[in-house]
Amino acid sequence: MTGWERFTDSFFNARVMAEYLPKIIDGFWLTVVLALCIIAAGLAAGLALALVRAFGIRPLNWLIIFVVDLFRALPPLVIIVLLYFGLPNAGLELSGFVASWLALTLVLMAFSEEIFWAGITSVPKGQWEAARSTGLGFVQTLSYVVLPQALRITIPPLTNRTIAITKGTALASVVAVPDILGAANAGVSFSFNPSPLTLGAIAYLVLFFPVVVLGRWIETRFAWKR
Amino acid sequence: MQSAPIVEARAIHKHFGHLHVLKGVDLVVAEKELVFLIGPSGSGKSTLLRCLNRLEDPSSGSVTVDGIDMLDARTDINKARQRIGMVFQSFNLYPHMTALGNVALALRKVQGLGRAEAEAKAAAALDRVHLGDRADHYPLQLSGGQQQRVAIARAIALEPRVMLFDEPTSALDPELVGGVLAVMRELREDGMTMVVVSHEMGFAKAAADRVVFMADGAIVETGAPDEIFANPQHERTRGFIRQIERH
Repeated sequence: MTGWERFTDSFFNARVMAEYLPKIIDGFWLTVVLALCIIAAGLAAGLALALVRAFGIRPLNWLIIFVVDLFRALPPLVIIVLLYFGLPNAGLELSGFVASWLALTLVLMAFSEEIFWAGITSVPKGQWEAARSTGLGFVQTLSYVVLPQALRITIPPLTNRTIAITKGTALASVVAVPDILGAANAGVSFSFNPSPLTLGAIAYLVLFFPVVVLGRWIETRFAWKR
Repeated sequence: MQSAPIVEARAIHKHFGHLHVLKGVDLVVAEKELVFLIGPSGSGKSTLLRCLNRLEDPSSGSVTVDGIDMLDARTDINKARQRIGMVFQSFNLYPHMTALGNVALALRKVQGLGRAEAEAKAAAALDRVHLGDRADHYPLQLSGGQQQRVAIARAIALEPRVMLFDEPTSALDPELVGGVLAVMRELREDGMTMVVVSHEMGFAKAAADRVVFMADGAIVETGAPDEIFANPQHERTRGFIRQIERH
């Protein structure tokens, strides 16, 4: 066997690929569901925290900053492992799926809160003053004037961060979740051939490439009209 | 000119930390009066203006606008502010809304008008600043002068009792100043009460009833435009007038 044949046999073995394709497809959908749950809950929680922070209640803001910094500092894998292996000692057993979802949601919440907050503070003070001078209240100004502008500014960094964190769903394979990587790893173990990993890589591309393109489209769609 | 004052600010003090920006300023503006505030930068004229609608809270003193005690904790400040239009140096239009949307927002959300009614009123306000044909333009599609006129429309649409102008032409290219001043002059002719912080001396001479010269957080001199510009009583006023007339 030449080197090239060894390479194709290892990574593009048609027989092995055909055998494990169904498992990878199952893993694909599981990853999609996990990613969507993380994005929905993480961004919603991040936005909620940023909005609460906008009210400027000191002790509450210190708490928010502490929580946000905590989950930005901890590696996601550490949080997953802590939730999955640590919480049962406190009498709370989470499935691998829920532990992974919760951990990555907390991480996305923390990072997106900082991005939303940066967006809110980047809206010039004059926008607040103009709105308040016409009689709009604080909450009205926040929702009709400041937030729509803040969200536009946040779209590029938010898309990047969301993609980076949802790719972390691969970490769920560590706590026995049969996501794309979990299914691919299992395939490798059973077949003694790494080709399922190739399928896994393709599955990740199929999943995240459209997300990247969608992010780009949203950025253009929401650019200021000139 | 002797009708009840629209604006009555008494003994206004304002501290920013250790800075004493306003040192007991009185300003009374009668109905339909146009008062010009001039003075060197840092003299407190913008701060005084912003105390009138409580964008700044005075440290002490009293502010009454159209009979409403602006500093009373029981005053609904959002309601009171509808009677006080304000125009800013940097326009501050909402970039994500069309000209019409900018003007209609407070009509809908503050005055509670329905969309159709708010937009009809907003369109009428845009007509008054001669931008009826720009209603669907976004701020970035308008020149600075047009943006400032939309900002004026946004304020007058709420039918305020007094308009505050904070250096409305300072950020404009010279050729765009005229259009904004023309609109301000029309407002004046329609009987609007106005307080204007500006260095447009030509406009002050032509349209102002009274010019107030401020320096170091206090009013130095007040008078009719021709008195203040031709025959200032105080040395500080003379120095300031000489300086701006050289430009």
